[in-house]
Amino acid sequence: MTSPTQARRLPDEADLAQRSAPAALEDETFAGPAPDTGADPVSDGAVVDPQGAMQPLVSPAASLLRFITCGSVDDGKSTLIGRLLFETNSVFDDQMDALKRDSKKFGTTGEDLDFALLVDGLSAEREQGITIDVAYRYFSTGNRAFIIADTPGHEQYTRNMATGASQAELAVILVDARKGILPQTRRHSFITSLVGIKSVIVAINKMDLVDYSQERFEEIKRGYEAILPALGFTDVTFIPVSAKAGDNIVTHSPKTPWYRGETLLERLETVEPETFDAGAEPFRLPVQWVNRPNLDFRGFSGSIVGGKVTKGDAIVALPSGGRSRVKGVHGPDGEVDSAEAGEAVTVTLADEIDVSRGDVLVSEAAAAGVSRSFSGDLLWMANRPLIQGGRLILKIASAQTPATLTTLDAAIDIHSYEAKPADALSMNEIGRVTLTAERPVVALPYGENRDLGAFILIDPVSNETVALGVVRSIGEAEAAKTEGSAEPRTGLARVADLWLGEAARGDEKHRQAKIRARIAGSVLVGLLALIFQMPLLLVPVLAILDFVLRPFLAVAFGADRLPEEKRLDPTVVDSGGGI
Amino acid sequence: MKTEALKQALDKYKFDMAFGGARRDEEKSRAKERVFSLRTPEHRWDAKNQRPEPWRLFNTRKKKGESFRVFPLSNWTEQDVWDYIAIENIPVVPLYFAAPRPIVKRDGALIMKDDERMELKPGESVETMMVRFRTLGCYPLTGAVESSAANLDDVIAEMRGSRVSERQGRVIDQDSGASMEEKKQEGYF
Repeated sequence: MTSPTQARRLPDEADLAQRSAPAALEDETFAGPAPDTGADPVSDGAVVDPQGAMQPLVSPAASLLRFITCGSVDDGKSTLIGRLLFETNSVFDDQMDALKRDSKKFGTTGEDLDFALLVDGLSAEREQGITIDVAYRYFSTGNRAFIIADTPGHEQYTRNMATGASQAELAVILVDARKGILPQTRRHSFITSLVGIKSVIVAINKMDLVDYSQERFEEIKRGYEAILPALGFTDVTFIPVSAKAGDNIVTHSPKTPWYRGETLLERLETVEPETFDAGAEPFRLPVQWVNRPNLDFRGFSGSIVGGKVTKGDAIVALPSGGRSRVKGVHGPDGEVDSAEAGEAVTVTLADEIDVSRGDVLVSEAAAAGVSRSFSGDLLWMANRPLIQGGRLILKIASAQTPATLTTLDAAIDIHSYEAKPADALSMNEIGRVTLTAERPVVALPYGENRDLGAFILIDPVSNETVALGVVRSIGEAEAAKTEGSAEPRTGLARVADLWLGEAARGDEKHRQAKIRARIAGSVLVGLLALIFQMPLLLVPVLAILDFVLRPFLAVAFGADRLPEEKRLDPTVVDSGGGI
Repeated sequence: MKTEALKQALDKYKFDMAFGGARRDEEKSRAKERVFSLRTPEHRWDAKNQRPEPWRLFNTRKKKGESFRVFPLSNWTEQDVWDYIAIENIPVVPLYFAAPRPIVKRDGALIMKDDERMELKPGESVETMMVRFRTLGCYPLTGAVESSAANLDDVIAEMRGSRVSERQGRVIDQDSGASMEEKKQEGYF
């Protein structure tokens, strides 16, 4: 869900003026962009709105930073966030009143305000004094808008922490100055690195409880630096803080004169998080929906996850390999010449090629990454263990397909960050796995494309989301094969395919079985001919003719085509479950 | 009361999904809401049986009878909504703009009385006040705020300087800290 805080940075002033056409002009049929409204909505917009006056209200300079706070239980994450909200005047008066009331009732801070109660919203959380679920919080300063995912420290809720991390650009990892680096700190750091976060702030909290000791700060810093090589963070800042007392959160604390770096808020306001280049070339569009409002229009809708598409571009539809050209690109306000990563569009093609939901349109140069199997790292999130051979539903970008965990290659030890052989993964464990899907899927290594490299696994019976993971490498044999099929077939190969019928799409074993069955059939024809006293010399000729020619009869009568249901989503259950 | 009507409609038409405009910045238990929020066949929200939603990968599978409440604007703030209204010039209900309106003060809330549905309690009287609504909910449980912001520019300027939260006018939220959570468990949007 893109917040307009991001969106509103994009349009320039001319763009804003153009957009003053009233929303009422939009097509109300809910069928996406109206295919044949070539008319510029502005030109027939009768309302001339004084939008010029509005522009200064929309602050174009504000950038948006999404970050998570994580660390072990009781490291003070919720308190830290409450403190940030409080110090940036993001707590309203009525919420402040409620906080005073609640601090008396549930507070763990004696007479002081318990800032954790600002964010721990569920009654179970208040009663237990822990964060269970990810809480999203919003605040802004003059320089930046922030979305914080406050993620649970408790080991049982690691999955919620991973969810928060997957959407963040930066992580604030809290360490209790008294306890130092704990197993949870290592686990959270690893998950942070797993989902591709590169920029990290290590906030060494509760400095008030270690008498603001520089030695203690340096000791923890050295301890954390020792685990850094395994994590791949490229930008790490250490800040001594006390969330409860407010030291080095917004203003420099007089109690830590030895610390000369930025305060937490200063760092958050100025950091340019290093994320890998999402949305880089080439063009890729996972199809979310085939938009067919009438017989004359067939468009493919979705959000572009890489590159740019321009009218006339040559594209390939994956996994089928069908080729065509872009006939039109439709944005929210009608037809446009081109669109780029991040935009939601509907694309029409010059040829009728087979494209369904879950397929990916890519520029011709990028026709790779199709495979039934791939290997990746996943975090197992269910109560029952994950074992080899487990049947699951794979969701990657807009595609959903049944899949099997073919091999559990290793479990990753969160203490040493080493991969170790394992028979099963239990809840909150991270494993290196190979998955084989029932149908070819379009995937890319996570480091290359976030949207085509991230996946979830769903339990086909309970429908729970049981794992989240990232793609590391794509099955190569399969990739080569599918790429091959995208090439135009030679005449002879095409005839051979026709002869084989549907077996041409099967594997080697399937093809051999088909040939054997046909030989048996022709031998039978020969035997029948013998019974009906055909001359001995002609019997083998008849049998061979039967063997060679009969399959083409099927072609002549159209019996070789696969039924349409091949394209149905096999994950859809009777209750109308898959959507 | 609108919860009952909603539940009846969902039962009658057996919708798989109902879309809502709830946002995480509105209230604490909403801060933990999913974009695809699973409800039981009885329309209950079970905080413990909600699915992780990493990246933008939403699990939309459900069993017969279950349904989703879908909140596409989850990550928008009140500010975002008004900025968007301004950018796209979206028409809004006049109650969001300040005007002189007949108001009864009850339990600290400013309730508009413009018909006979609400009976006055002893000691209450109707007075005309310049008010607007920041949020529109059940009547007569939604209070107005005193305001002079009669157009979009003024509303945005006023909100920037506001010291009270958007749902401050909602009597329903104030029973206890977990009030909204309980309402959601009963099927509230």
